[in-house]
Amino acid sequence: MITSKDLEHIGWLARLELSEEEKEEYAPKLNPVLDYFSDLDEVDTEGVEPTYHVLALSNVFREDEVNTKCPLDQDEALSNAPNSQDGFFKAPRMM
Amino acid sequence: MWASINELKERIHADSSEEIVAQYLDRISKSKLNAFIYTVGESALSRAKEIDTNDIDGPLAGIPVAIKDNISTYGIQTTCASNILKSYIPPYDAHVIERLKEAGAIIIGKTNMDEFAMGSSTETSFYGATKNPWNMDRVPGGSSGGSAAAVAGGEALLALGSDTGGSVRCPALFCGVVGLKPTYGVISRYGLIAYANSLEQIGPLATSVRDVASLFDVVAGYDPRDSTSVDKEVNYSSALMNDVRGLKIGVPEEYFEEGTDEKVEKAVRDAIHTLEDLGANWKKVAMPHTKYALSAYYIIAMSEASSNLARFDGMRYGLRTEDKDWHTTFSQVRAAGFGDEVKRRILLGTYALSAGYHDKYYLKALKVRTLIKQDFERAFKEVDVLITPTMPYPAFKLGEKIDDPLSLYLADVDTVPINLAGVPSISVPCGFSDGLPIGMQIIGKHFDEAAILRTAHTFEENTNFHCKRPEGY
Repeated sequence: MITSKDLEHIGWLARLELSEEEKEEYAPKLNPVLDYFSDLDEVDTEGVEPTYHVLALSNVFREDEVNTKCPLDQDEALSNAPNSQDGFFKAPRMM
Repeated sequence: MWASINELKERIHADSSEEIVAQYLDRISKSKLNAFIYTVGESALSRAKEIDTNDIDGPLAGIPVAIKDNISTYGIQTTCASNILKSYIPPYDAHVIERLKEAGAIIIGKTNMDEFAMGSSTETSFYGATKNPWNMDRVPGGSSGGSAAAVAGGEALLALGSDTGGSVRCPALFCGVVGLKPTYGVISRYGLIAYANSLEQIGPLATSVRDVASLFDVVAGYDPRDSTSVDKEVNYSSALMNDVRGLKIGVPEEYFEEGTDEKVEKAVRDAIHTLEDLGANWKKVAMPHTKYALSAYYIIAMSEASSNLARFDGMRYGLRTEDKDWHTTFSQVRAAGFGDEVKRRILLGTYALSAGYHDKYYLKALKVRTLIKQDFERAFKEVDVLITPTMPYPAFKLGEKIDDPLSLYLADVDTVPINLAGVPSISVPCGFSDGLPIGMQIIGKHFDEAAILRTAHTFEENTNFHCKRPEGY
């Protein structure tokens, strides 16, 4: 059972501020979903390896050379930034 | 406005691409479907004119195509139907968009979707719900509901969607068109804004199997910028034989169990018999872990989502609220930018990955995923394709399920196992129930799109479900 207190902690982990109404409203909607998920408890997965990806992946390597086809220059990279200064993204203060 | 690529090309030759594109744009502007978030009239018309004037050739020269709004388009807003990306204009094209442009296609607009592709009804969009052209009180399916409604409503000849757990196939079925979820890795995900990256693929939608194959031919192919892209060049259109003699069809009874509408079950079984009459053989196959697919899927999808959506913090793009300290700013940007369903999935995904719960939920789901994948591998030792309903029922009413997330998730029971296994699957119309389309899903082995396209094409050539249009379209 997730309580509204749990939601506050999970919201903090997810960097997602939740209003009091949201905490009240979400718990009764999320708990039936978690109950439903518990059907996996009955599956015997002893010795079964997890599947992270369905196909075998291999690394994509390239020569360590400047890629002139690189799509973004600095202006383009900053073009969507809500706040930028001197060619940098401007972030809020740490504390 | 329903036409095939070949018919429209003839009209373009007789008239002009500019004229055709103008007709589509006019239709969209008068539409009540809300299939598009954004249209790009001016640039579409000028590109069409360029194609006319310079007589540019290409497999899709001058053909209007609609793009789901989670696929990056250079200079055209790409919002994922979310408030958090309302002002975002990508500075680059997705791989599929580069391919479409090379083929001469005209991008006419960005289609509506469930916010961040999280839903099966296109009701969670920040821009309001899309309506189903077959019945304006019904959902178009989701999450690529705008793409399917645009094609069914004659507002685009072709469309791209994305399919994480059924998001191309579900709206294709609800809107009575054809939609394909390719094998994982066949279409590059470069430029697709991620929701659950181990599950999702971009997929084509059109009014016929032939046109789906033509669009698929254009957008599929290797791209080193997506590390999961597979290097395999195939000509899918050449798979379109009208012949299923000797084809072995598997029918997993687990997909016809409780909750499946009677008319849907009958239509799909009738379709299997039609293919049998045309020379295919069918047998029952057992897929015993099917009933656990939904839980495994949602745990994995939500976990991946909680990680993928961490990038939306208002620093590099998107909504920004008033600056406070670092963590408070991030938390408030995300609180203001995401809608309820996105928030709920991020919360559940974060919970499933958090200390003390990781093994119980996430790791367990990944192990169950292995068992589901093995179900498919076993079945495909005996048969060439599997046939099931695409969804257990036709389009439901707007508002019917939106307040009960679990009931909405349960609708995806027949589509999510396919994404867990990474196999290809196509949905084609196979009947009607009270005026609403019914769809069957044809599933193939990894990289055997040819078999499902051949099966779907043969069915289409010998039936006329795909010819029926919604009234007024």
